[in-house]
Amino acid sequence: MPSTRNSGEVTVDIEVASETPVGPGRPLLEIEDLHVEFRTRDGVVKAVNGVSYNVRRGETFAVLGESGSGKSVSAQAVMGILDTPPAHVTRGRILFAGEDLLAMPEDHRRRLRGERLSMVFQDALTALNPTFTVGWQIAEMLRIRRGLSRADGRRRAVELLDRVRIPGAVERVTDYPHEFSGGMRQRAMIAMALALDPDLLIADEPTTALDVTVQAQILELLAELQEENGMALVLITHDLGVVAEVADRIAVMYAGRVVETAAAHEIYQAPAHPYTEGLLASVPRVARRRDRLDAIGGAPPNLARIPAGCPFHPRCGYERPLCRHDEPPLYPVGDGRGSACHFFEEVLDGRA
Amino acid sequence: MSEAKKFRAGSEGIGARGGEERVDAAAGGEAVELSGRRAGLWADAWRELRHDPLFLVAGFVVLVFVAMAAFPGLFSSVDPRACDLSRSLAPPGGGHPFGYDLLGCDYYARVVHGARVSIAIGVLATGSTVVIAVVLGSLAGYFRGPVDTVISRLTDVVFGLPFILGAIVLLSVVGTRGVLEVGLVLVALGWTTMTRLMRSSVLSVVNADHVSAAKALGASDARILATHVLPNAVAPVMVYATIYVGIVIAVEATLSFLGVGLQLPAISWGLMISDAQYRISEAPHLLLFPGLFLSLTVLSFILMGDALRDALDPKLR
Repeated sequence: MPSTRNSGEVTVDIEVASETPVGPGRPLLEIEDLHVEFRTRDGVVKAVNGVSYNVRRGETFAVLGESGSGKSVSAQAVMGILDTPPAHVTRGRILFAGEDLLAMPEDHRRRLRGERLSMVFQDALTALNPTFTVGWQIAEMLRIRRGLSRADGRRRAVELLDRVRIPGAVERVTDYPHEFSGGMRQRAMIAMALALDPDLLIADEPTTALDVTVQAQILELLAELQEENGMALVLITHDLGVVAEVADRIAVMYAGRVVETAAAHEIYQAPAHPYTEGLLASVPRVARRRDRLDAIGGAPPNLARIPAGCPFHPRCGYERPLCRHDEPPLYPVGDGRGSACHFFEEVLDGRA
Repeated sequence: MSEAKKFRAGSEGIGARGGEERVDAAAGGEAVELSGRRAGLWADAWRELRHDPLFLVAGFVVLVFVAMAAFPGLFSSVDPRACDLSRSLAPPGGGHPFGYDLLGCDYYARVVHGARVSIAIGVLATGSTVVIAVVLGSLAGYFRGPVDTVISRLTDVVFGLPFILGAIVLLSVVGTRGVLEVGLVLVALGWTTMTRLMRSSVLSVVNADHVSAAKALGASDARILATHVLPNAVAPVMVYATIYVGIVIAVEATLSFLGVGLQLPAISWGLMISDAQYRISEAPHLLLFPGLFLSLTVLSFILMGDALRDALDPKLR
């Protein structure tokens, strides 16, 4: 993949949108039929079971699901940071700009990381190295990947901290991660992930560890940076509120599968999968104050023993005999929309 | 102790930027305080150690013995090998505080010169052991898989050899036994515990998010090991190494006492204690002084290690 960037781009104005075109054409990231399993002493845990989704250049794609739905594991498979063993990618392809990440040599893949695809973690305190200052960590990466001198690296680190709106960036570069507050740590983490100007940023629950006010600020920041860079953003979250705010398209995951994929506004208007419907109903709303929330009954399946048929059928209000035997494929529901429910039409109509 | 730091993080957050940072600082306050200790590990440990009387005393004693080993002339101007048989076994007194040994040599001068061997073996053997342990332990803990299997099984095999017995067997087949030979045998038999320690420490750090993060940002294995794993994993090994210096010194003395350590005419506390065993009743000073110096040295290193361990353990603060 020829890069149009020149390596000595110290002085390149970071505010200029990247040259990657935004819009249709081949998706930047294509995940096809991805299977990941964890081989543990207690048996094989099937964390991801045939996940497919596409992320277009410049869009915000949300992957929504509860703990254990496989959303983070599939993202880690994209980044190539799964712990193997116990995790094994058993099937599927992950195409990034047309190249299969799973088939390329590790060294080639490593060079793509940070450079073209990058990641932000949930807990920025543990995701930053406690033994070095924040500035040093950012500068180190630039020194190695861009060949910057110590002074230039440091200068660029200040610019980057400034860009993620860390006040007093000049003084803060010499601070250690523990001297930052939670929100600022996440900002620093974002600065580091964006240091090499990637085309794709995966944010794995970037706001879960933060309190609500800060969450909004971080989301706003991500959206702003995304617009400036024209990069694609994959936002992994369990928080429907977060998704509503920023996502263009959504994939809802359950038991290691994508159960519904649609444009964000469509999902909120009319979910096409009972699980999505349940998720939406379980969001507390001030306008609809009631004594009880409509929580989804039952518990997420044990991934070592996923139920036959539709994995959601034991918790589903639309369940029929068919659901216990036939695993539904991702049925097309209108334009670019999909639902893995045999009875998606009923769900769409809202007949329970 | 982290009061100042806490205040700083808090005040900057509030002053700098409107609403977000204020909430942020308030929410982050506890985290800052809790994590501050862990993050500035060595700096905090040093701050702690500077006020630890036990560490200061032990450190001072160690410094004295190191100085004695490096510059024995500072402590005694008498030649430990200039002996006068007429003074054989003379008790302490009159300018010769430790008395004389069997051959009529000044015992104080000999005890002072004996420090060199002990400290040299202690420091060299421990240094080599640390190098081996850090290299093997990090390789095993970081790469896991077959690398780990090979290193761990080798460690198990060597660990199974009894330390003193193994040293006796190995050293009794060596012709000349100097500091180098004894040191090598101690390293060859003693690297296992520290390697296991390093491996487990690396294993616990490798799963940390910042290692995944470094990987996700494209860092190479070598770089991840050097900057993200090692600095966060060496603390327990450093603690053990400090204690280990004392252990090695004691083992060297034991081996010399048993007759498979250093050989005459080397001057060593172990040899002196060995010679003294037959004359304990008539000349107890021959046992007392080298024994005292030996115990003091070993004790000081172990106390330093203890203090270091406490200082590095945030739960004890």
